[in-house]
Amino acid sequence: MLTSQLTWLVLTLAGGVLFAAFAPLLRRRAERLAAPLLALLPLAVFVQLLAALPAVQMGETAQARFDWVPALGLSLTFTLDGLGLAMGLLIAGIGALVILYGGAYLHGHPSLGRFYAVVLLFMTAMLGIALSGNALLLFVFWELTSITSFLLIGFEHERPGARAAAWQALLVTGGGGLALMAGFALLAVITGSFEMNVWAARAAEIAVHPLAPAAFLLILGGAATKSAQFPFHFWLPNAMEAPTPVSAYLHSATMVKAGVFLLARLFPVLGGLPLWTPALTTLGLLTLVGASLLALAQTDLKRLLAYTTVSALGMLVFLLGLGTPLALKTAALFLVTHALYKGALFLSAGSVDHGTGTRDIARLGGIGRAMPFTAAAAGLAALSMAGLPPLLGFIAKELVYETTLEAAAPLLLTGLTLVANAATVVVAVWVGWRPFWGRPGDDHLHPHEGTPGLWGPPLLLALLGLALGLFPALTGDGLIAPMTAAIVGQSVKVKLALWHGLTPMLGLSALTLLLGVGLAALRRVVQPRIAAFWRALAPLGPANLYHRFVHGLLSLASWQTAVLQNGYLRVYALVIVLTTAALAGLTIVLKDVTLTLSPWQPPRFYDFILVGVILTAAFLVTRSRSRVATIALLGSIGFSIAVIFLLYSAPDLAMVQFAIETLTVILFVLVLYKLPKFSRLSSTPTRIADVFFALTGGLLMTLIMLLVSRHASDASAAAYYAANSLSQANGRNIVNVILVDFRGLDTLGEITVLAIAAIGVFSLIRLGGKPGRKQRAVPKGGRTK
Amino acid sequence: MIALPLLLPLGFAILNVLAWKSPRAQRVLTLVGAALQTGAAFWLLGRVRAEGILHLPIGNWPAPFGIVLTADLFSAIMLAVSAVVGLAAALYSQGGMDERRVRYGYYPLFFFLLTGVNGAFLAGDLFNLYVWFEVMLMASFVLIALGGERPQVEGAIKYVILNLLASTLFLSAVGLLYNLCGTLNLADLARRIPALEAGGEVTLIAVLFLVAFGIKSAIFPLFFWLPASYHTPPVTITALFSGLLTKVGVYALYRVFTLLFASDAAYLPTLLLVLAGFTMTTGVLGAAAQMDFRRLLSFHIVSQIGYLLMGLGLFSPAALAAGIYFMVHVILAKTALFFVAGIVRQTEGSYNLKELGSLYARRPGLALLFLLPALSLAGLPPLSGFFAKLALVLAGFDLRSYAIVGVGLGVSLLTLYSMTKVWNEVFWKERKEAGAAPLRPVSAWMWAATLGLAAVSVAAGLLAGPLLDLSAQAAAQLADPSLYIQAVLGGAP
Repeated sequence: MLTSQLTWLVLTLAGGVLFAAFAPLLRRRAERLAAPLLALLPLAVFVQLLAALPAVQMGETAQARFDWVPALGLSLTFTLDGLGLAMGLLIAGIGALVILYGGAYLHGHPSLGRFYAVVLLFMTAMLGIALSGNALLLFVFWELTSITSFLLIGFEHERPGARAAAWQALLVTGGGGLALMAGFALLAVITGSFEMNVWAARAAEIAVHPLAPAAFLLILGGAATKSAQFPFHFWLPNAMEAPTPVSAYLHSATMVKAGVFLLARLFPVLGGLPLWTPALTTLGLLTLVGASLLALAQTDLKRLLAYTTVSALGMLVFLLGLGTPLALKTAALFLVTHALYKGALFLSAGSVDHGTGTRDIARLGGIGRAMPFTAAAAGLAALSMAGLPPLLGFIAKELVYETTLEAAAPLLLTGLTLVANAATVVVAVWVGWRPFWGRPGDDHLHPHEGTPGLWGPPLLLALLGLALGLFPALTGDGLIAPMTAAIVGQSVKVKLALWHGLTPMLGLSALTLLLGVGLAALRRVVQPRIAAFWRALAPLGPANLYHRFVHGLLSLASWQTAVLQNGYLRVYALVIVLTTAALAGLTIVLKDVTLTLSPWQPPRFYDFILVGVILTAAFLVTRSRSRVATIALLGSIGFSIAVIFLLYSAPDLAMVQFAIETLTVILFVLVLYKLPKFSRLSSTPTRIADVFFALTGGLLMTLIMLLVSRHASDASAAAYYAANSLSQANGRNIVNVILVDFRGLDTLGEITVLAIAAIGVFSLIRLGGKPGRKQRAVPKGGRTK
Repeated sequence: MIALPLLLPLGFAILNVLAWKSPRAQRVLTLVGAALQTGAAFWLLGRVRAEGILHLPIGNWPAPFGIVLTADLFSAIMLAVSAVVGLAAALYSQGGMDERRVRYGYYPLFFFLLTGVNGAFLAGDLFNLYVWFEVMLMASFVLIALGGERPQVEGAIKYVILNLLASTLFLSAVGLLYNLCGTLNLADLARRIPALEAGGEVTLIAVLFLVAFGIKSAIFPLFFWLPASYHTPPVTITALFSGLLTKVGVYALYRVFTLLFASDAAYLPTLLLVLAGFTMTTGVLGAAAQMDFRRLLSFHIVSQIGYLLMGLGLFSPAALAAGIYFMVHVILAKTALFFVAGIVRQTEGSYNLKELGSLYARRPGLALLFLLPALSLAGLPPLSGFFAKLALVLAGFDLRSYAIVGVGLGVSLLTLYSMTKVWNEVFWKERKEAGAAPLRPVSAWMWAATLGLAAVSVAAGLLAGPLLDLSAQAAAQLADPSLYIQAVLGGAP
């Protein structure tokens, strides 16, 4: 039953991708209907997930599996359990609202159609993450969310800021993605599978494997970049360049939770590692406290919300790190709570921006009367964020304190959490109260409430936070318990309540509120100081390090390219010769190749003459200042070699060599008078160095020749040619028979080369521009053979 | 008749020469020829898959005395992919090649180049391989220089001189190996080399081959000719080169290092891995420094060659399979990217990233055509580059080669950096003098070729399952030289 529901869900999603592709067309054809029609897809998913909820509450899970790339262990494995289902509900539910909201917010924008398409694509990918049972499949969706996030942050791509932010987010999360892939691959090396249930089943084996810590840290790297943990958090506030519906959806409610989700998903696999708790709690606490204090320095509504999002993500990682059943339950609840109130706050911030044209809290104030619905939505959500009863945020905060009080170092942990929570209250007041009911800092705001599409979705989300808070038992049993059960790996009881009696947690809650509200009232005093503090620290901040790293890399790239690809042919040739010599030398040394010379035959007098001629000519060529002399000297080397061929009984080879040398000299002489004046371009030291390099190359080839010729073979091919030339091929001249028959294909190839050369010479002469250029083309075309 | 992929392009080259005066006839001939060649290549792939390694002794002279053409799965895959690229380039040329060059032998040279490439893939004989390399070199040299613009001539000179250096080394190595073994037939060499006593000397010759083919495939530190010349000819030619030329060099490396020099299990693979790491890194850093679309893509060719070398250096069947799949991936994605660059140039009149812009708004279709192969190159799922890199990573981890995997992943991020840089500059950024230059029309042929190739590239990702299986079969043949020896020489190896 549940399995067939899951299959239908997957089919809906697959259809959704096609649906998304038609979004731009739909928008062009039916501007008004597009948003409601497109919201039907997330709505359908939402309904399907709700329908599956009762079975999941009973403890059922479902899996559907299809092969994709078996060779790599990638299969389309979809799993539906409490955790994935809750994430899915958030993704689909908020997705539907964001589509409706986006249609109103970006009304009339030329790229609205593309916005719909990419948001729907993102939603599909995000649901894919929630439902993946195969780690590689999850990774596929994971990267898709990075790309769609890139496209959405850069939605207003004419602005350099938007482009830079999109790029930064992509590179940071992309880098994390590669770490994640490596981590998954290591787990697959350990277990031989990418199926996460296989990993969970073999958790004990993984825990003791020497590669496990590396795998864990790599996966943590992926999760930390995606979920904006310190020191990778800086991309998230910058991502506020995106249109507000995107910030609400991707960068607070869903995508940035993917890292947290992954850690929760892998808790049964990696939770047993000794590294898990110290690494995650440290990371989480740093992010939680750091980001909440950073938030206090912000004046932009969206950046305020972004930093508190980072802080909330830190909280989630911290809670997962603690790993106790209570902490996991708290994490599950907090995840849902945060998505609801933060989504609502972002959407109302967008409405405020839309209605007043600013997001600066110093300028905003007193607009509540003009924008009552937005004010109500933001107010309710802020109450949840601040943790007031009877909202869901209150219950979550109580649980957080209960968790820290139970943990290993209760005083430290509770203290740090208190600081962060108080800062959160401050921000809640600043974003939920001040713009609407505070004193206006600017009288020219002209606020007006937008269309229902702009206030309906945030209000709905905020009301949902209220409703879930009002029925805590239902929320606990219905949603949080299945979530926690999926993280822990066994069924758990979750009893949520608004009233626990007079507990230490209640006292802490009250203290938090007091501190927060007090600080919030002192904004003009507090904020500049905190801002100054962070400004002083900025040079050490990771955002700055990122910029310096990128710049450093680019300088390195330019320097390296200028050195390597310097444009000088002679340097290129030199590097190649030296590389050959170095590699060959290395091989000779490492492979312990020794040269033992066989006894020399006494040299004959004409050997001396030939060698003498060649050496003298070679030396003189390097000194020559006249082209004619150079050609003559080179010619004499060629002819001497031909004579060597002749003396060592290869008359046919000598014939060929004579012919070629003669032709070359004649051709050279013919073009000689067309060449520019001879000039010497290299300095003397360069020329001396060149002699050295040339000697290195020559000696190397000689050495290799000597080394290899000791092991000459029996030359069976020659015997075969000699035996069969006349009898089989009817030719007396063996060389001819080899050329035209035994190895005729080679000759065909060489003829082809000549034909190409002929075309080349012809075309280059005809197509060359100026006359001077034509002439140079001739020797070049003719040289190759 | 396994010689068909060789004879068809040669035949059509000759036909095109005969039709020298009629560009119209040449265009038709080219389309027909490229289509037929593609058919032949896939037909051969099917046969090799069904029947195993095929060989054809030319002139009926028995191996190892005559020349044989040999087609194993690796050859057949390479032939098929090259044929696809050839077909796409033939289509693209219809709109992307100027009349002058067509009048002066572009189409004959196109087929001569394919002849050389296919010949290299089919060669079962070391000297014959050399001959096909020469055909390729000559044809590509003339193609680079064709048109005689000054940068072209300059690029062509660097190209031809450095490649002749490679040919010289190649030929020397062939000679030395012949001296040792008395044969040029690859199967026969594969049979004799392990029996030689001169292990060190063989490794020395292998290093010479490494340098020679390393120049051809543009590895570090031998790649200079590529960035120096690839951006000079019209982009159709660059696209064709990017898909074929360096890949033949890599093919040759795979061939000789698996078939001939496999016995040295430690030294050569380590050397290959070191070179692979440097090739990836220097290539991608070179790309990061570029502001010219084509030069940037050219440096990426170098970088991607590093991954291919990594597959060879890891040297397990899984790694070889990953390398083969990577080759298919990169040939398709890279050529498609050059096609896109050509269309950008056609409509906007520039390759300079600083001058370009606004194309996302004005040409959303083109933006998508760029984004798919670009992200594929950067290794993002579910595109082919992801599977290629993942397969390499898994193979590397299995062999505990963590360093090279780390380098590979880092370079992957830098690839993403420069692909998105192009995206930011060409598609997202607002063009400076917007409206000043009206869009120039782009020929339907160019769109068709680009769309088709991008679609094939995407399909190569979605069909990664069967393609990786095929690559694994090809790798299994490479990993066991006795199969090759037996197929060519018969009897027990």
